[in-house]
Amino acid sequence: MIAELGHFSLIVALGLSILASIYPLYGASVGNQSMMRMARPLTFGVFGMLLLSFIVLCWAFYTNDFTVTYVASNSNSLLPWYYRITAVWGAHEGSLLLWVLIQATWAAAVAMFSRGMPLESVSRVLAVMGMISVGFLLFIIVTSNPFLRTLPFFPVDGRDLNPLLQDPGLIIHPPMLYMGYVGFSVAFAFAIASLMTGRLDTAWARWSRPWTIAAWSFLTLGIALGSWWAYYELGWGGWWFWDPVENASFMPWLAGTALMHSLSVTEKRGTFKAWTVLLAISAFSLSLLGTFLVRSGVLVSVHAFASDPARGMFILGFLVVVIGGSLLLYALRGGQIRARGNYSLFSRENLLLANNLLLVAGLLVVLIGTLLPLIHKQIGLGSVSIGVPFFNTLFTWLMIPFAFILGIGPMVRWKRDNISNITKPMIISAAITLPFSFLAIMLFTDSMEPMAILGLVMAVWIVVMHGFELYQRATHRHTFMKGLGKLGRSHWAMMLGHIGLAVSVIGMTLVSNYDIERDVRLAPGETIQVQGYDFNFAGLRDADGPNYDGYIADFNITRNGKHETTLHAEKRFYTTAGSMMTEAAIDSGVTRDLYVAMGERLDDGAWAVRIYFKPFVNWIWFGSVLMALGGVMAISDKRYRFRKKAKVGNAKAAKQAEVN
Amino acid sequence: MNPRRKKRLTLVLALVLGLGATIGLMLYALNQNMDLFYTPTELVQGKPDGTKPEVGQRLRIGGMVVVGSVQRDPQSLIVRFDVADVGPAVTIKYDGILPDLFREGQGIVAQGVLIDATTIEAHEVLAKHDEEYMPPEVAEAMKKTHEPLQYSEEQMQGSVQ
Repeated sequence: MIAELGHFSLIVALGLSILASIYPLYGASVGNQSMMRMARPLTFGVFGMLLLSFIVLCWAFYTNDFTVTYVASNSNSLLPWYYRITAVWGAHEGSLLLWVLIQATWAAAVAMFSRGMPLESVSRVLAVMGMISVGFLLFIIVTSNPFLRTLPFFPVDGRDLNPLLQDPGLIIHPPMLYMGYVGFSVAFAFAIASLMTGRLDTAWARWSRPWTIAAWSFLTLGIALGSWWAYYELGWGGWWFWDPVENASFMPWLAGTALMHSLSVTEKRGTFKAWTVLLAISAFSLSLLGTFLVRSGVLVSVHAFASDPARGMFILGFLVVVIGGSLLLYALRGGQIRARGNYSLFSRENLLLANNLLLVAGLLVVLIGTLLPLIHKQIGLGSVSIGVPFFNTLFTWLMIPFAFILGIGPMVRWKRDNISNITKPMIISAAITLPFSFLAIMLFTDSMEPMAILGLVMAVWIVVMHGFELYQRATHRHTFMKGLGKLGRSHWAMMLGHIGLAVSVIGMTLVSNYDIERDVRLAPGETIQVQGYDFNFAGLRDADGPNYDGYIADFNITRNGKHETTLHAEKRFYTTAGSMMTEAAIDSGVTRDLYVAMGERLDDGAWAVRIYFKPFVNWIWFGSVLMALGGVMAISDKRYRFRKKAKVGNAKAAKQAEVN
Repeated sequence: MNPRRKKRLTLVLALVLGLGATIGLMLYALNQNMDLFYTPTELVQGKPDGTKPEVGQRLRIGGMVVVGSVQRDPQSLIVRFDVADVGPAVTIKYDGILPDLFREGQGIVAQGVLIDATTIEAHEVLAKHDEEYMPPEVAEAMKKTHEPLQYSEEQMQGSVQ
């Protein structure tokens, strides 16, 4: 009965979102106030119904209702309650429900926090978001309904959640990632709505900026969490594999990063409008493409739950409608967009454009690397795979000009500047950066890796140039300390974001050049030395969990005879799912991680053991957190707080934009 | 040339150069990193169009691990095993830890270099993720012979030790 309630509210949500995508839009085009006013209540209605439906599904999992097919195939009565709840989004149907719920949440948030916007724009934006939820709700109801029953012959117990997904990382990784993916639908809706009217003014950019930044921050965190999860859960010690599924989330991130920066130019300078709209369309289209790639079964991975061809065809069709429709609209209306600003060759606009292009080039690299094997196979040339070095080489080359421009960009003035104005800071920064990087590598590592020096130079260059910029900006009118206090939040946001990137780059560089991965054969009692640490395999003991049989291997780690830490690497056999899992043991530190994972049992009691030394690996995720914090800072900047007095605010905001 | 045109020309030139460099680099990198997939039969007898990989070529191979063919070196982690689909078997040599789900009779995909006509030195061995997953390429090549496999007695014992 309760499951039917969820099913019913899902259908009501579909009905409401169909209304939400028609009435306000029609009202806006004929100027009917009462129809436009329906946009907000309808959006809240869709959100409420979906929330109810989601809670019902959670309840079905919580109470082990195995008469529901989806619960029976993804849960088990032995599963702890918190994993039973997260199992809701552990497979295809439930994760789509989460997707559409989050989309409705964003729409409701737009409806709530858009009081300062003209009613006409709000209703158009909400109508576009309504259309997106119509598409996804249809998809859920037609091809992947989580509320189907197994009756009359229901199983006594469920088939258990995929053991890889029984992990705290999974509790937050998918919701975060979806918040990011779906968040770009807001920027997309804003872009489409303004294309419909043909009015692309700076107000439009100012409205969609905070939403884009919020989505981007969530996506950043989501990707970082996914990478961290892969690092400790898959047991290979890698943090990025250029796996198609990772690429699917990385592409919207690249487009979103470009969009975020191009929006700032559109808001402050009134140029790049057409480009910004195109980026907004691509960011969301790539999110959809990611969903298609991951969910359709075209790719095989831990994320590809189902390979039902009907689902793939549906998403493909949806993709064609959304991307094709929005690009058609862009082609029809894009010509009317007129940029008003003008700027010279050396200006902040152009530097931002250059880095936008580099981001898009990176995006194309990932897109080609991900789709080429699929195309290659479809046109009958046989299956191929594209190796990791392909991505690494190209990203290294793209990163060099990117980091250089990122360093100087903030120091260059809008509209027009002279290179001579920044030669002094550049020379000084280079004089700090180059020797520092060389010395750091020479003193603290055993071998001089050119790639490590290059990476460090790029990161330090960004940090030093930003330090310089901060100093210049702060001492412009005040003393240093006083000026520092006067800086706006959005300035600090930029600092955090850029320095976060530098921190991540340091982590990636050092861990990819200096990590030590040793796969060894060890029997209990034996010791092996890696990078000055002695790993002593003390022994094995039993450790069974609620739904698995497991055992733990203890490792005593000493350095120069002094006890450093004890690590407990686990091996688990999940009885219901019938699969073996490795739980790595990690000793985390600021400058290094020690990583032990058990491989297979060999004869005569010995084990294959992975013993890894990972320098600076945590910096990668710490940098991502800094970037996301930067996003939070940017949204909290006071110029985005919408007020009733929008008309007065417009003039004021324009003034503020000049100041910034 | 007036300054406006000059500016445009530089911009267009820069764009063309940048695009050219990117595409060139991309093609070069692709050339180095594209690995063709073979089944053991194709490796021995050639693909339908007659192409056979050369010794020293990087490639991917997928098939079922032949039961009873796994040999371990007692001193190190070097392991040799045969994979086959419906025809002849080829040998894979690997130094490292096999994935948790590696089993005899199971479908795997290995990535590596061909060192002689029927031997591959793998640097990566992938096994299926869970009970339902089999590398799609393998599934296609061996639709007829596949039967699901269970954990062997030995492996079960290993887990309750």
